[in-house]
Amino acid sequence: MTVTSANETEMGRETAARATGGSNDKRALVLLIAGGLAAHALLAVLGLWRDFAWPAIGLSFTLLVLIGERAGRIVPVRGRGIYERTLAFGFPALVLLVWQLAGDYGLLNTTWFPQPSRIAAGLWDLTVRYDRFSGTSLLGRPWLIPEVYAADGMAGVWKLLSESHLLATVGRVLGGFLLGAVPGVLLGVVMGMNQTVRLMLDTTLSAIYVLPKIAIFPIVMLMFADPFGEAPKIVVVALAVFILMAINTMAGVRGIDKVYLMAGRNYGARGWSMLRHVILPGAMPVIFAGLRIALGTAMIVIISVEFVRAKQGVGYITFYYWEVLNPEKMYAGLVVVMALGVLLTYGLQWLQRRLMPWQR
Amino acid sequence: MTSAVHAVVAPKIGARNVSKHYPTADGVMVALEDFSLDVADGEFVCIVGPSGCGKSTFLRMVAGLESISQGAIEIRPGADANKPLNSVVFQEYAIFPWKTLADNVAFGLQMRGIGRKERLDTARFWLDRVGLSKFADYYPHQISGGMKQRVSIVRALANDPEVLLMDEPLGALDAQTRVVIQEELLRIWEETRKTVLYITHSLDEAVLLGDRVILMSAQPGRHLATFRIDLPRPRSIATTNLPAFAEYRAAIWEKLSAEVTRAMEARP
Repeated sequence: MTVTSANETEMGRETAARATGGSNDKRALVLLIAGGLAAHALLAVLGLWRDFAWPAIGLSFTLLVLIGERAGRIVPVRGRGIYERTLAFGFPALVLLVWQLAGDYGLLNTTWFPQPSRIAAGLWDLTVRYDRFSGTSLLGRPWLIPEVYAADGMAGVWKLLSESHLLATVGRVLGGFLLGAVPGVLLGVVMGMNQTVRLMLDTTLSAIYVLPKIAIFPIVMLMFADPFGEAPKIVVVALAVFILMAINTMAGVRGIDKVYLMAGRNYGARGWSMLRHVILPGAMPVIFAGLRIALGTAMIVIISVEFVRAKQGVGYITFYYWEVLNPEKMYAGLVVVMALGVLLTYGLQWLQRRLMPWQR
Repeated sequence: MTSAVHAVVAPKIGARNVSKHYPTADGVMVALEDFSLDVADGEFVCIVGPSGCGKSTFLRMVAGLESISQGAIEIRPGADANKPLNSVVFQEYAIFPWKTLADNVAFGLQMRGIGRKERLDTARFWLDRVGLSKFADYYPHQISGGMKQRVSIVRALANDPEVLLMDEPLGALDAQTRVVIQEELLRIWEETRKTVLYITHSLDEAVLLGDRVILMSAQPGRHLATFRIDLPRPRSIATTNLPAFAEYRAAIWEKLSAEVTRAMEARP
């Protein structure tokens, strides 16, 4: 009985302490916000804001971190999700806003660093424009599909989509990715299981791995009857992905706990069934980590190949608009590359959840 | 009666003068030397010895997972040629994290080409025997260590091997879970009467479970002594309260303690 009451007072005291802690946080939050605003106002009144704009923005970032931390402490558990999403999406939005305002008020040279609104306009222009001279457009004018389909059927739709910069890049990335990843994983499995093959190839693969793939692109071009066609572009992506996946899969296979291999063998798994039921699933987490990196590498390779040697593709338009001094559209090209990267990564994560249900 | 059976029928597991050597940088390391063992059909044999005596190595050699340097090991096939000769229960469970419990238990059957429905029925039957049928569709990361080891044990039993090889299966479990699974093991063994080779470093476990306890010496592993355990079957955890149980344990410990001390002094 006594013990219980003692406990209760203890708990009461703790709650009280926590309550004061909460109100401390609230007070600090108000002070931080007010202090930040006051500092900016003071600079503005003194007419110094413009001269000190960059340090002020830098300091404001530090203040923002402190404000976010305090706010995090007083957010109730139920509001946690909203709080985290606000930080994750609010911050980039804020950066875009600051960029926009900095451009509008002349803190940035908007000839080379156009504001987000102008980039968005450039992106819109790029999306709806059809370049008569080169016969290309960003998306392949999907709004014309019903019309063309009625006139020429699937052949017309195909012709329409083949004018797309985006689809050209996506096709090269996905084609090269598949062409490189599948044999890369298989070679990695062999290297993981067989010491002789590993010893023979490991050094060579490490050497090719560090070669910038754009540097061997001319050699790859020479291997094909049509050096300026699609084949060398796809193969150079495939090569980069292949090397990376072979090295990664080998590490994944060697990392499988020996006891799983023993169990597989003891319960009758041999050859293909061993690969299918023990080795591939055992190495799967590392393989997927590798695929994600390989996807980034594939994007780097294809964009740089399109910079130097292509008449179509997102990399091509990005570089083209830089050469014709149209930075809005150059930035728009970069935005498309980023969006593509995010989408492909989501696709990979979806595949991972499907193939690895045991990881939740 | 058991000895009469011995004399007439060939042993289920016959190991003749088995040795295991490893080449190392400072010469040959002998893990197991001139070890012989016969296990009769339906017999439960426990091997006890200090750490590093090569008892796990021997079990893996019986399982065909480790090469034999000298000597020969044979498992006598039964009437049904389709039955696997042996299935191992590993100390580290070794149930596949990427398969559901049902698929894990059905794994051996799947590898033998048994149809999906039949093998999953068998898996469910065995999961039910250890009270895990509710968890058939769970993945191993969602269950406790004791549950994982139960799955590992019924994976071996569902495979219906000629002999069951158990490599310190309860070594990684806490004391309470251990006792519970020991009782389950006794109950299931009573019903199936499989030939079992059981590696452990727990004397109590060896005396409680085994028909015979083989004592091994420390590195290199050699046969040290054999104890026939004539405790009445069926046994349960209550068997540990019998005076005879304590006598067996004391007798084995007397031999083993000298060996453990020797092993500890031999190490640098």
